[in-house]
Amino acid sequence: MKSGARNRELLALIPVAALLTAGFAGVFAQDHAKLGNASLVYGAYFFAICLATHIYLRIRLPNADPYLFPLAALLTAIGLVMVYRIDQHLARDQANWFVIGLILFALTIQFLRDYEVLERYRYLIAVGGLLLLLAPRLPGIGQQVNEAYLGVKIGPIAFQPAEFSKLAIIIFLASYLRENREVLVVGARRVLGVTLPPLKHFGPILVVWGASMFMLVFIRDLGSSLMFFAAFLALLYVATGRFSFVVIGMVMFVLGAWFFATTVPHVHERIEIWLHPFNDPLESGYQILGSIFSQADGGLFGKGFGHALITVPGSPSQTLLPAAQTDMIYALIVNELGLFGGTGLVLVYLLVTARGFKIALLASDGFSKLLATGLTAVFAIQAFVIIGGVTRVIPLTGVTLPFVSYGGSSIVANFVLIALLLLVSDRARREAVEPGGREALALGAS
Amino acid sequence: MNRQIIKLFAFIVVLFGILIGFTSYWSVFDAKNLKAQEVNRRPLFEQQQIPRGRILAADGTVIAKSVPEGHGSALRYVRHYPQGALFGHPIGYSYMKYGQTEFEQFHNGELTGEESEFGSILDQLTGKKQEGEQIVTNLDPKAQEVALHDLEAAGYGAVVAIEPSTGKVLVMASNAPYNPNKVPEKIEHWNQAGVEAPLVNRATFERYPPGSTFKVVTAAAGLESGTITPETTINSPGMIIDEGHELANDYNQDWGPISLDTALTNSVNTYFGQLGQKVGQDALFETMEKFGFNATPPIDLPESSVLESGVYDSETGKMLTKHDPVDLARVAIGQERLLATPLQIAMVAAAVANKGKLMKPQIWNRVINADGSVTKRLSPTVYSEPITAKTAEELTTAMEGVVREGTGTNASIEGVPVAGKTGTAETPYSKACGGGTEQNQGWFMGFAPANEPKVAIAATVECTTQFGNDVAAPIFRDVAETILAGE
Repeated sequence: MKSGARNRELLALIPVAALLTAGFAGVFAQDHAKLGNASLVYGAYFFAICLATHIYLRIRLPNADPYLFPLAALLTAIGLVMVYRIDQHLARDQANWFVIGLILFALTIQFLRDYEVLERYRYLIAVGGLLLLLAPRLPGIGQQVNEAYLGVKIGPIAFQPAEFSKLAIIIFLASYLRENREVLVVGARRVLGVTLPPLKHFGPILVVWGASMFMLVFIRDLGSSLMFFAAFLALLYVATGRFSFVVIGMVMFVLGAWFFATTVPHVHERIEIWLHPFNDPLESGYQILGSIFSQADGGLFGKGFGHALITVPGSPSQTLLPAAQTDMIYALIVNELGLFGGTGLVLVYLLVTARGFKIALLASDGFSKLLATGLTAVFAIQAFVIIGGVTRVIPLTGVTLPFVSYGGSSIVANFVLIALLLLVSDRARREAVEPGGREALALGAS
Repeated sequence: MNRQIIKLFAFIVVLFGILIGFTSYWSVFDAKNLKAQEVNRRPLFEQQQIPRGRILAADGTVIAKSVPEGHGSALRYVRHYPQGALFGHPIGYSYMKYGQTEFEQFHNGELTGEESEFGSILDQLTGKKQEGEQIVTNLDPKAQEVALHDLEAAGYGAVVAIEPSTGKVLVMASNAPYNPNKVPEKIEHWNQAGVEAPLVNRATFERYPPGSTFKVVTAAAGLESGTITPETTINSPGMIIDEGHELANDYNQDWGPISLDTALTNSVNTYFGQLGQKVGQDALFETMEKFGFNATPPIDLPESSVLESGVYDSETGKMLTKHDPVDLARVAIGQERLLATPLQIAMVAAAVANKGKLMKPQIWNRVINADGSVTKRLSPTVYSEPITAKTAEELTTAMEGVVREGTGTNASIEGVPVAGKTGTAETPYSKACGGGTEQNQGWFMGFAPANEPKVAIAATVECTTQFGNDVAAPIFRDVAETILAGE
């Protein structure tokens, strides 16, 4: 069992490395009209790094889920190839972030082996998460991107704090709901046929709702707001089993969003662009139209690597797909790999989600279950929010596509997320194979 | 909690399903519509990256070709027109920024190599790159050059030459011409209001009063409807009163009772005015429509560069039908509000020449793919049969008289029988001509050789002080001679 899981991981990594090599070779052949050995070198580096991580996992977490890491590596490989295809220099940055992400991945596994310790610091973690969210509004370090306050810049280091605060908030919620889930259910009353949680426990729900509304208006980050609140509702549902809570939460969110959409201009504008992009096709509607036009261009099988137009031929400053390497990377993938490529990518996210929930199902204690559920849900919802934005299911926002979009914060934070899932998984699966394991662990901890 | 986790997963499966649904909608189901959106410039840019097929004259002269510029993802093909202004009309131009016009626009699909959906999916799977197909036209560069040269000497106007038996368009010249290579620098200047309007294809997108050339249509209606035979005589005084106004012959000449030959040879207005009234509006309009009036011309040019011919009411912007009130006698002599494109008049000549069968006029001849094999070839099609072979023969006889001894003697070619008809429509106070009172629209239409027609031609010159015989008939003669010499 032990080596079985890791052997499967190793086997899964080989096609990922081959895919990356083939992708780089494809882009390289397209750009230079002849194939050099550079792509093979990149492929070898990538495989070596993944192999090192794999060996580390073999030692530290021998029982952990064998597919999560290869799936994350696959998404990173897709991202690296697409970013390389857009700009080689950006791809080098991205590769560096991949290495840094894996270092943080290893450090997380190293130091959070007993991840219950997180529960002890949950309020500290929650406050830290909220402060991170606020940071982009702070003078001096805050940065505005496309009217949203998404970035922070301290000296030479720029990052998107929402990526990290999502981890903090999930950890807090998992811990809080683990403790209060029974109270929420038991104390619930039925009012007009709707089950309401007891008033005193309603407070935290209101706090989370308030935080997401705050983000919507002051951070101007509709995407993160949606992502946090949806993940919260998912956790609340799993913890309490009360679908009515979810309905109440959704109604609250929709009412709040509707209120701000009609009163706050920038939220209103986002909604307008989403519903009527053709009203202002050259200015505000340009990006989303660029997205659907490039998807239309892709068709069933896509144009092939390097064949999609990102800028006007002959004038590189005129973009046809604004933010192709970040927000719009999914549109570019559909453009070059077609509906099949896009569907494939969505299925990879679905596989990650399936593995994540599998971990949650196997986990035996409440915190582990809720932590795995929350991390998986926030990951899946993040992918939904940005792909949904790009395909006009929902308004377009500036959330990154996990592992694929260009950007260090996203890669690093999501590798930490995967590390936490693997930690939960390792313990759950170890307990599953060693019946006495749980007691032994409990004794050891006390 | 496990049950909830499974339900949550099911919910996320649904969400992701929605993503795939929307992606399919944009990338496949709605793709055609999105590609056709005006604000979507992507298809234009992509077309630029495809080597657009060449356009050749009938003798292989290259009219348009694509020249690569830049490389890698910046590679694009730019259109070049080696013949300069000679084929500015009807070929048009193709530039990314300005789009396509005329022939380049109509045949865009073939020139960019767009194939059927199934074919393109196969090509995508096999990684085949899209490549444009080349088109060989029916255009005759020598005759085109003669036509344009003569026009430039005579004035603004147009010449259309058609092979009657097939509908092949051999010449389509419009003066003022323009050089399609110069479009990027000059298009704004050319589009400014002014008399010259070089971007207007006067052969298909300008309507002029056809004047006496239309008498052939009136005669056709008379013969077809049985109103007259070639022997029937109509008393043709110096003038008649039509709807309270004088309708007079040139110099008010009184011809007495005359038959069709004499009337057509001498272009007697009072004969044809009365004939029109005898034929009646229904029969006249039906004949007109069979000749192609009141319909989009069936030529391979886009709708944006062709105009219908007919009785045009400028106030409503509509073509009048047989049910609308018109001054029939004046319509019958090609005046009133009757307007026709040079292409339409050439179609009338071609139909008479082809024993009454009007062939669809077509500029293209065949499409050749990148491998060099012909994928499509023009198969001549009958557009309509406005008159019987007998009527055509009777008209031909009368039209031969015009050139031999009548108003169109300048069209005669030594050793070749020519059939034709002149036209001199008065266009006084015409804004386009600068408002002078002595302005005419000079016409000649006809075909040669009259016994075995190889070419039917319409030539017209606007804003001239001369008669059709002086200004248009020589152009007909020169172009016809060139085409017959090349046979």
